[in-house]
Amino acid sequence: MAVTLLRCRECGAEVPAGPAYVCERCFGPLEAVYDLDALRRLPLRERIEAGPRSIWRYVDLLPVDYDPAVDLSPGMTPLVPAPRLGDALGLRRLYLKNDSTNPTWSFKDRAVEIGTAAARRFGYQVLACASTGNLANSVAAHAARAGMRAVVFVPAGIERGKIVQSAIYGPTVIEVEGGYDEVNRLCTEIGEEHRWAFLNVNLRPYYSEGGKTLAYEVAEQLGWRAPDDVVVPVASGNLMVKIHKGLGELAALGLIETAATRVHGAQAAGCAPVAEAFASGGEVRPVRPRTIAHSLAIGTPADGRYAIAAARASGGRVVAVTDDEIVDAIGLLARTEGIFTETAGGVTVATLRALAAAGALDPDGVTVAYITGMGLKTADAVAGAVAEPVRIRPSLRAFEETVLIPTA
Amino acid sequence: MATIRIPTPLRRYTNGERLIPVTAGTLAGAIAELDSRFPGLAERLLDGDGQLHRFVTIFVGEQDVRLLQGLATPLDETTEVSIIPAMAGGGGPC
Repeated sequence: MAVTLLRCRECGAEVPAGPAYVCERCFGPLEAVYDLDALRRLPLRERIEAGPRSIWRYVDLLPVDYDPAVDLSPGMTPLVPAPRLGDALGLRRLYLKNDSTNPTWSFKDRAVEIGTAAARRFGYQVLACASTGNLANSVAAHAARAGMRAVVFVPAGIERGKIVQSAIYGPTVIEVEGGYDEVNRLCTEIGEEHRWAFLNVNLRPYYSEGGKTLAYEVAEQLGWRAPDDVVVPVASGNLMVKIHKGLGELAALGLIETAATRVHGAQAAGCAPVAEAFASGGEVRPVRPRTIAHSLAIGTPADGRYAIAAARASGGRVVAVTDDEIVDAIGLLARTEGIFTETAGGVTVATLRALAAAGALDPDGVTVAYITGMGLKTADAVAGAVAEPVRIRPSLRAFEETVLIPTA
Repeated sequence: MATIRIPTPLRRYTNGERLIPVTAGTLAGAIAELDSRFPGLAERLLDGDGQLHRFVTIFVGEQDVRLLQGLATPLDETTEVSIIPAMAGGGGPC
């Protein structure tokens, strides 16, 4: 339901719900405020279970009203048992939340759909974003659906496939010379001067609530219980924060008994400001990203300190894995479970593997790894890591000699 | 003179002005200069220890000053300084 208030996470100052994202008093982040007492009086579980098979089944817990004009029906993606990957890692009850089946093949559709509804609520005509690719894809698609203009800003040099996957919906795609952090800074400055809806900047308090639905769905799909361990990719750190928050809300509202889930974060070693601060116990320091996991390459993670707080409060960890481990993990997931994920998913699976090896996960508990995007988006990253085809003449003999008789 | 670009949440201190020219040769000097013209501004940018506030990111040219020399970062005649709320950053929600 549409929230009426935003509150500063740091100093508690409240402002009426509007297109604001930062506290005027302390520059802290503004967050949507829900009336939990009113929600407790609703038959929430019945309302959710009777809802559509998309994120909108949780509309009571979202910051905007349902808006059919933006509805591409993201969410309710499969939660699949992963026994073969589990065997390989020594985890007996491993599940994968396969969010690569969303309308534009990544989890971003959850946030963008909510952000687009907020943009319409506040009367914006132009939908815009700073993106490493996935977000741009989703913004372009949602603008097309809603009949809005879209302008998406991406770092020069991102995967060609991601450009095409945005461009096909008809937005203006702007390649900015620099990395994600430069793109983001530019978009913030544009948003200061022009009335455009930058979903992940000036509509962030609404947009970012989409991440909570990944907690809600997993709990519902497990039969209204929280997992014991979850592994979440970390770029800005926001998804990790929102999954932790979402599970906490379900417990506070009585939809699950407890939320004792350990929330673990996954980063690429080439851009690991959150993992490094988690290990050192210090503040998050900015880094210059250098990793194949472009969708996680944020050197100045806005929610880094909150992600660390979520890990520490829940007993989780934030760790980093190398590019080689990422490529290897993409292959491992594909070979064991038939799911082809992009590099961010490779980071998650490689981290899952590292955490399992370190004994950080309960091998008998329910572990959920979030697979947030699909493999064709970053096929180039693994093109060199797959076996070459076996080439033969079109004869039975060639087939039998080459394929059936293993060469020594 | 270097130019400081003021973000929306701080413009009530600058009477709505977006671009403020300064003569100081370092970022720290520029913030002091801003504060002498618009009292209270420095308090919004710096914490009790005189360090950049956690939720404020400042760019000199196109670089985050935390990757340069922090408050000691030099400014010259043509430098553009941008003050950005840190929460804008970081892409969300991943």
